[in-house]
Amino acid sequence: MSTTQADLETHLSGHYGPYGGRFVPEALISALDQLDAAFRAGIADPEFSSRLVDLERDYTGRPSPLTRARRFGEHCAGARIYFKREDLNHTGSHKINNVLGQALLAQRMGKTRIIAETGAGQHGVATATAAALLGLQCTVYMGAEDTRRQALNVARMKILGAEVFSVATGSMTLKDAINEAMRDWVASVDSTHYVLGTVTGPAPFPEMVRHFHSVIGRESREQIFAVEGRLPDAVAACVGGGSNAMGLFSGFIDDPDVQLRGYEAGGEGVDTGRHAARFAAGTPGVLHGARTYVMQDEWGQTVPSHSISAGLDYPGVGPEHAWLHDTGRAIYESVNDSEAMDAFALCSRSEGIIPAIETAHGLAGVIRLGKELGPDSVIILNLSGRGDKDVATAARWFGIELEHSEFGASIELSEGR
Amino acid sequence: MSPTGVGRIGSVFAEAKSENRALLIGYLPAGFPTLGESVALVEAMCDGGVDLIEVGLPYSDPLMDGPVIQQAVDQALSNGATPQSVLTVVKAVSDHGVVPVVMSYWNPIEQFGIEAFAQELRQAGGAGVITPDLTIEEGQPWIAAAGSQELAPIFLVAPSSTDERISRIAQVTQGFVYAASTMGVTGARDRVSNMAPQLVARVRASTDLPIAVGLGVSNGAQAAEIAQYADGVIVGSAFVTAANTGGVAAVRELARELAGGVHRAR
Repeated sequence: MSTTQADLETHLSGHYGPYGGRFVPEALISALDQLDAAFRAGIADPEFSSRLVDLERDYTGRPSPLTRARRFGEHCAGARIYFKREDLNHTGSHKINNVLGQALLAQRMGKTRIIAETGAGQHGVATATAAALLGLQCTVYMGAEDTRRQALNVARMKILGAEVFSVATGSMTLKDAINEAMRDWVASVDSTHYVLGTVTGPAPFPEMVRHFHSVIGRESREQIFAVEGRLPDAVAACVGGGSNAMGLFSGFIDDPDVQLRGYEAGGEGVDTGRHAARFAAGTPGVLHGARTYVMQDEWGQTVPSHSISAGLDYPGVGPEHAWLHDTGRAIYESVNDSEAMDAFALCSRSEGIIPAIETAHGLAGVIRLGKELGPDSVIILNLSGRGDKDVATAARWFGIELEHSEFGASIELSEGR
Repeated sequence: MSPTGVGRIGSVFAEAKSENRALLIGYLPAGFPTLGESVALVEAMCDGGVDLIEVGLPYSDPLMDGPVIQQAVDQALSNGATPQSVLTVVKAVSDHGVVPVVMSYWNPIEQFGIEAFAQELRQAGGAGVITPDLTIEEGQPWIAAAGSQELAPIFLVAPSSTDERISRIAQVTQGFVYAASTMGVTGARDRVSNMAPQLVARVRASTDLPIAVGLGVSNGAQAAEIAQYADGVIVGSAFVTAANTGGVAAVRELARELAGGVHRAR
């Protein structure tokens, strides 16, 4: 189906079919209106755009390469697999694309402080980085559970000069970090911009964050034409909030022959209840300012999510994904912890790329997808982040003794744990 | 014939006005700390002189609330609070002769079913609903559902609201306008925000509806200060703190102190 015109209309009102919108305290409305106006004026202003393009090239290191993954592809029924290398961006993930755009907007609005939520810490690190670059104050909210499992990124943020606030309420993960960032923003909105890190939240965040990540899709489209001379059969990505997926999808959404595939976290298994599979087990509801698919109980209370990957451990999902799901334009499947960790090891061993555990969910999905689409198919996976931050988690999972690494612990690729 | 929810709220404000005083509005979450205790606590508020009661519907992600109310609703939820608990407390307040309204984040109402919620709330004796994260742009279905049960849809205005928005909010609000005194979340503050009088004046310019001021009021002196220019004074976190420290007796005592402040203000 063609969604161009419908997309345009829904974007203008901040809705994607029944999803999206603004469900926030009245105190934030004027800030969202101000942001919306600054965003539209900014992207129409050649000076703003050229400043962003310069930063993307000279600071982030764009364009990111499109790498043919030949050995990994052998495990995907021989499909022609390409990795869009967002892991090679400065700070190690796609997150910097959105952050630079929003930080420039913050400056444009005369704000001197930026705040952010973070799950895996990648968005927090990117925000702390942009704050350092542009001379802004920075506070990052992070669930207490996540500060533990992503300790390396906490240290990076502090080194970059950010204040890291460990949130010990609720499930102590990304959901609670967003609550706390919103509470900060309500009270500080005159001086502060909230750099929301994914395509969720009240309008205009889903549209704006997608816009700043659309460079991923644009580059991928050009690059695949250059090497394959044709469109891919499918583009794939992991989906937490869904920003890396929306960035890649946006380049192909108007090509009906290109399948859009998203992989959410199945945790310990969708049937165990310990997962973050919003499409498999969630229902439409309102969370963090937008109507979308939410993991909730019969009374509308948010159910805590679970995933080995902090970045996918979130009970909601971007409203545009909800709409792409309902219309059938994109297909979403879940990948559980052990399948993701197998793919993590396989990618490391077959391509020499240690991926983020978030990304590993997409890699596991592509192994299935290659088998589905066959050896002649062309598939692009957004390699959204690198796995340095996940080394401790992976070592625990694979039973690698970090202190006795001289014994050369080996990873059994096929067995996972 | 029993008067409508909108009519009952109007009568309480009219009665207070005839006494040349502001209304005292008290908030507590339903089911906090348990359902039985929360009924006793709201009855203590009524006995202590609260004129209108806001019964909170506990929600897992209360992003407009500070730590005191967050902890209280967490406690209520872990003790099994549901929308049914809210209806039970609403009925207890109404049976006690005081007008109850519900304060709820939007998702629980949407999941309950908005028509069903309006219908059951009316049957329980509720008069209206305060919806802190429902904007007027998203609120049309709720305004219609509340209207069909003659319940008051109560929206908030904030210091950052433009005059144009205040006017549009006041047009769809019934019962009273909830003026958030400050830019921030719920919780006691040392001093009442200096933004409140100006906000009330701006709302006054666009509507004849009563205006109640909330956020940060915790003692009789603060209540008296607000009661000089607003039609209602809303107190929430301070009641939760009183319940935590001294139970029913402390809640009744705080209600008396606040009511005293409201009564002597003008």
